[in-house]
Amino acid sequence: MKHTTQLPDRRPVQSRNGAATAAPPPAPARARRRPASQQWAAWAFLAPVTLYLALFYAYPLYRNIDLSLRNYTVRSFVQGDAPFTGLENYQTVLDDPVFAPALLHTVVFTAVCLVFQYVIGLALAVFFHQHFRLSATLRALFLVPWLLPLIVSASTWSWMLNSDSGVVNAALHAVGIDPVNWLTSPSWSLTSVIIANIWIGVPFNLVVLHSGLQSIPASLYEAAALDGANAWQRFWRITFPLLRPVSAITLLLGLVYTLKVFDIIWIMTKGGPADSSTTFATWSYQLGFGNLLPAFGPGAAVGNLLVVAALVFGLVYLRVQRKQYAS
Amino acid sequence: MTTVTTALRPRRGRSTRWKTATGLLLTAVMLFPVYWMLNVSFTREQDMRKGPPDLLPMHGTLEGYRAVLDQQLPYLGTSLVIGLGTVALTVTLAAPAGYALAKLRPRGGGVLSFLLLVAQMIPGIIMAMGFYAIYLQLGLLQSVPGLIVADSTLAVPFAVLIFTAFMSGIPGELLQAATMDGARALRTFWSIVLPMSRNSVVTVSLFAFLWSWSDFVFASTLVNGGAHEPITLGIYHYIGNNNQEWNAIMATAVVASLPAAVILVLAQRYVAAGVTAGAVKD
Repeated sequence: MKHTTQLPDRRPVQSRNGAATAAPPPAPARARRRPASQQWAAWAFLAPVTLYLALFYAYPLYRNIDLSLRNYTVRSFVQGDAPFTGLENYQTVLDDPVFAPALLHTVVFTAVCLVFQYVIGLALAVFFHQHFRLSATLRALFLVPWLLPLIVSASTWSWMLNSDSGVVNAALHAVGIDPVNWLTSPSWSLTSVIIANIWIGVPFNLVVLHSGLQSIPASLYEAAALDGANAWQRFWRITFPLLRPVSAITLLLGLVYTLKVFDIIWIMTKGGPADSSTTFATWSYQLGFGNLLPAFGPGAAVGNLLVVAALVFGLVYLRVQRKQYAS
Repeated sequence: MTTVTTALRPRRGRSTRWKTATGLLLTAVMLFPVYWMLNVSFTREQDMRKGPPDLLPMHGTLEGYRAVLDQQLPYLGTSLVIGLGTVALTVTLAAPAGYALAKLRPRGGGVLSFLLLVAQMIPGIIMAMGFYAIYLQLGLLQSVPGLIVADSTLAVPFAVLIFTAFMSGIPGELLQAATMDGARALRTFWSIVLPMSRNSVVTVSLFAFLWSWSDFVFASTLVNGGAHEPITLGIYHYIGNNNQEWNAIMATAVVASLPAAVILVLAQRYVAAGVTAGAVKD
């Protein structure tokens, strides 16, 4: 692969929605003269993207904050004369009986998905790191769930988990377990969307952790094997500790992206039944777009709480990553 | 873990065969939902609710695919247009930016890269709500260009970072030689940097296409109910109408997965490069 050999040792890693995680190029330490003409040229090349960031990231975000601070109705939404109400929308959201369950579901969904995706991904990465026939091909096939449109995965899982005709209940029946109302019972809906989301997230963990494994020198394992360490010891004494930086990056990035999972939950359960699988992401959508009478203000307020959470963890991630590149 | 100690070598033949078998089994388990989608897409209406379901489409039918041809072609066309538009917009915006960040050392470039990283962390649903408010005022709801712009936000930050990483690998001497020849920055970019970055253009284009093709959040908020709906909404309406023709739904899902399949088969090395960009050793 030609283009991979050209790369500097910074490795951008990218997740479902395209998080490239390359650290910004470190400012060149040697203070070479930067000619003014080159500065002009540089910013001429950067101007489109800068304008783009301002128009299509900063402005929608600003509009969203504005939405959350005003009392919007459909009419004032069009005319733009909604009265300023300060933090009233946030108060409404906090007092809403859905708030506590949505918070709990968001935390449970994120934590459970992360743990399982990471553990399964790591186990598979270690397995596929061995040399055997078809290893590379099979690993590539593992990317399929990650490449499929989310609506495809979500609708496939919906049908597989169908109470009466789903293949999952048929399999359970075959081993003598009673059918489960995966998507229609409040006690199972969250589990169902978690299962589907783990399935989607495993490939990313596998690929990133696998690339991390490749940077561990093989000589360490050979030395350990000569010292009589068994496979289990080699994993806990070498693989796991040396993989810690990559693991931290994978988990933090996974955290930021699992927090905002929306498609899967909305398509499979719409956050229901009775809000039993609603998270902040689906609740926000539900408020803004899911009802006949949209509540844009509270919807935007929930969304902004989500942004704050995502950004906090995102900044932690960037800090950890920067530190690793520095070392 | 490489077990290359001489003592273990005689056993390797059999043990790798076991590993291949285990690997095949794991892959089969992982890809079962994909197989099931295919299987259901060929299943006859009357067998759909049979218990236990047929593990193979014994009485295969193309009813589902006929329904796709009858009903879903406009959606597929829209998705194709939106995907290509997103690719064009993304590459146009991101490639020059990547070049500037990688090679021209602009003052404030670090801040811009940082903002791009942060931009990727904003949940799509928040962006969708902001875009909705703006498009409502501008009259851009239900419009293809509007959706292209919104979809490109999924790819632009990633694209800039990929281009920056790839283009920093272009030897500086080459660009300096060009400058001495009197090539201006634009010439250098157009006739040296861009041709040398063909691979990264392919990687970025693939991902931009795939993400806009797969987008559901922006589609469902910005063009829902309009004249130009992408395939993700086509499937969503199918499910939402309490439609019981699951063979048609799954057939549409299969067709909607085709770009992903094509990319995996034909451009797997670019995908791997995109996921870990350069971390692939074999």
